[in-house]
Amino acid sequence: MKQTEFLNIVMPFKDKVFRLAKRLLVSTEEAEDATQEILLKLWKNKTKIGEYKNIEAFSMTMTKNFCFDKLKSKQAQNLKIVHSNYEDKNVGLQKQLELNDSIGWVGKIMEDLPQQQKMVIQLRDIEQYDFDEIAKMLDMTNTAVRVTLSRARKTIREKLTNTHNYGIK
Amino acid sequence: MVLNNIEKLLEKYDNGETSLNEEQQLKDYFSQETVAPHLEMYKPMFDYFLASQQEQFTKHLPLETKKVYNYKWLSVAAVAVLMIGFYFNNSFTQNDLGTYNEDQAQLAYNEIAKSLELVSRNFNRGTSQVSYLGAMDNASTQVNYLEAMNNPMERIFKNN
Repeated sequence: MKQTEFLNIVMPFKDKVFRLAKRLLVSTEEAEDATQEILLKLWKNKTKIGEYKNIEAFSMTMTKNFCFDKLKSKQAQNLKIVHSNYEDKNVGLQKQLELNDSIGWVGKIMEDLPQQQKMVIQLRDIEQYDFDEIAKMLDMTNTAVRVTLSRARKTIREKLTNTHNYGIK
Repeated sequence: MVLNNIEKLLEKYDNGETSLNEEQQLKDYFSQETVAPHLEMYKPMFDYFLASQQEQFTKHLPLETKKVYNYKWLSVAAVAVLMIGFYFNNSFTQNDLGTYNEDQAQLAYNEIAKSLELVSRNFNRGTSQVSYLGAMDNASTQVNYLEAMNNPMERIFKNN
């Protein structure tokens, strides 16, 4: 398999991998490293790519597992303090988000969600996968995905309603 | 009418029952500038989702195709070099040896015998001189008697 062929396969979902990694790892740099690593892993095993039924879902599962490993590893624990005051270099988007303060709020609320809910929200509301795909990626049942999603959405809504009301009064 | 519809959708949305299509409708609705005041808290949520979709992975991917050297050919080359080496090696040594024929063999035998004789004669002269060493041996055995002297002396010193 040639480089261009590989890139054609990977291009459509590399951003999705990156965004999921960022959702879980928070910092952009970490997410970039993770994405790079995952794509390189795919590249190394390029001979087996044909055997995977759904390369995109497979990569998302890989991303999930990789990020969990990262979070569990000592390295991440040492970095924890750094994470909270991480300066995002991606100024354009960050600025854009901060322009509207309440949008920034959503991001913060999402950071506080449990991992599972984070991932489900990310995959459903941002990447717009359907339930079956999400269930396969996260190794959950279809209903479990729905329940998790519903919980996450309600939490976000409640917290937003609160801040919204405080903002007005 | 539209608002009613949206409210219904939102309820389904909160329960995680909307289809992707219906969610798209919601996103379209909330991407408008103005939304109904009592639904305003949903707006940042959908705005955030939209903004997050824009984020892209920009880091360079170092996809290096490792060149796999063909070691098969390397071994073939090595064998070839070895063969050439042996071939030349053999041909050189053969030239150098240049075997004697029968007349010369007798001559060579005589020459060798002569030189060996010379060596043995010198060797014998050497051994006759070495025989003096025998005298040295005698002397050293006599020195050993002195040690017998030491024993009684030690005993005497101990007694004191």
